[in-house]
Amino acid sequence: MADPVAVRPSLSGVPATAVRPRHSAVVRVTHWITTIAFAALLVTGAEIVVSHPRFYWGETGNVNTTPLFKLPIPASRRSVPTGYGYVLPDQNGWSRYLHFQSAWLAVLTGLGYVAFGIAKGHFRRSLVPSRSDLSGRGLRLTISRHLRFRRPEAAEAWSYNPLQRLTYLSVIFVLFPLVIWTGLAMSPAIASAIPEAVTILGGQQSARTIHFFVSLALLIFLLIHIVMVCLAGFRSRVRAMITGRPAEPMEGA
Amino acid sequence: MSSFSRRRLVTTGLAAVGGVSGLAVARSLAHRYGLIPPDSGGLCGPGETMTYAAQRLLTRHSMAREFTRAQISQQPFANSVAPLGPVFQRIEQQGFRDWRLSVDGMVTHPASFSLEEIRGFPSRSQITHLACEEGWSYIAEWTGVPLSHILGLAGALPQARFVVYQSFERDWWDSLDLADALHPQTFVVHTMNSGHLPVAFGGPLRMRVPRQLGYKSVKYITGITLTDDVKRFGKGLGSAAPEAGYAWYAGI
Repeated sequence: MADPVAVRPSLSGVPATAVRPRHSAVVRVTHWITTIAFAALLVTGAEIVVSHPRFYWGETGNVNTTPLFKLPIPASRRSVPTGYGYVLPDQNGWSRYLHFQSAWLAVLTGLGYVAFGIAKGHFRRSLVPSRSDLSGRGLRLTISRHLRFRRPEAAEAWSYNPLQRLTYLSVIFVLFPLVIWTGLAMSPAIASAIPEAVTILGGQQSARTIHFFVSLALLIFLLIHIVMVCLAGFRSRVRAMITGRPAEPMEGA
Repeated sequence: MSSFSRRRLVTTGLAAVGGVSGLAVARSLAHRYGLIPPDSGGLCGPGETMTYAAQRLLTRHSMAREFTRAQISQQPFANSVAPLGPVFQRIEQQGFRDWRLSVDGMVTHPASFSLEEIRGFPSRSQITHLACEEGWSYIAEWTGVPLSHILGLAGALPQARFVVYQSFERDWWDSLDLADALHPQTFVVHTMNSGHLPVAFGGPLRMRVPRQLGYKSVKYITGITLTDDVKRFGKGLGSAAPEAGYAWYAGI
């Protein structure tokens, strides 16, 4: 296969439609469906946490027991002592309905994406870093470029750098599976069918606490991802993820 | 070009027809096998239906985890309920002598049992986790009569598909499908941690559905009704929970 840089539409002169897109249609569609589902999961997850902003370790925990930690925020339930003199409006009902529906959307989309990625070699080609990228020198180079907020070179619009690859792989194969697992471990019905899913984590309250931290890690990833997209060139990167092409298609080509 | 478009049109059309009829078949099969929850309408109905259907297929017979006596929470927590009023207080002061649990609807022998009669039925115990949708939880030992025993005494008719149960609190009622109603761990509980079930925890009688969130374990139950169509109750959403914005099925 040709080096992707060599087939950039602005250089090749072939009609834009004949050029392999920067992101395949499956990647683009699943990216935006996941974006919508993840946004819904974040907002509704935060609403659910507000009803009991205390976290525990082990199987059980309630306002009569000592928490692992408390979030310094008001709660949406009167029964939780927060130190604030007021109670937030309760948004748990629709938040829970939407949380689980969005989880289905994210999980089914993610399964489709992973099946596509394995079948079509997307992970191997675009995400698994090369051996030289993982050498001390290669990593140092890319980290130092990031730390200096150096804008990426034009060629980088056509492939991911090693740090990006490692980050995306950990989001796809570590954080997402973990957040799904810990979410399922909170379900009493799932816990009855697969008790090990809970006991390995140390209990249902442990699952809830880990779910919170993994969600936090995903939120941090999202924020850095958005900052990086802005630094790299918001318009071209977002255009690439929508149309498949980073640059304006050539007129009359 | 035109033949390409025509072929494409035909295949797209066939795919659409196939998709729609596939969905219709799936829907009717799901209805027949009881995989559609009563609150399946609305914006989040699809997600709710997938959760319920998936768990009915995967967890129909699974048993809630049971714990050891050492794991019983020393400090359980009871969510406060609205004041139960003078009638409840009077019955409570008389030691719930007049508390009754009625069983009616699709049964051969409609019945009404006193608390004393229910305490005399063969009882079972379970040490299980009660988790509230808010996020907190505790473990307790619950002793009571399996709901299936009570349904058997009243002679449940084979047409019955849901068990509706009513709390002393008028606007609190819920329902179970038969998979949960006949599940061996679904109890009508009268004893908690080897003492009478305290009022704060739902005494004298509460439903206990350990494979679902706490709100299905309705407190102060007074009546059980068997039905083939749960949509005839309340606003037709299966329980008071969806009327307040919460899912009918709480196995998550």
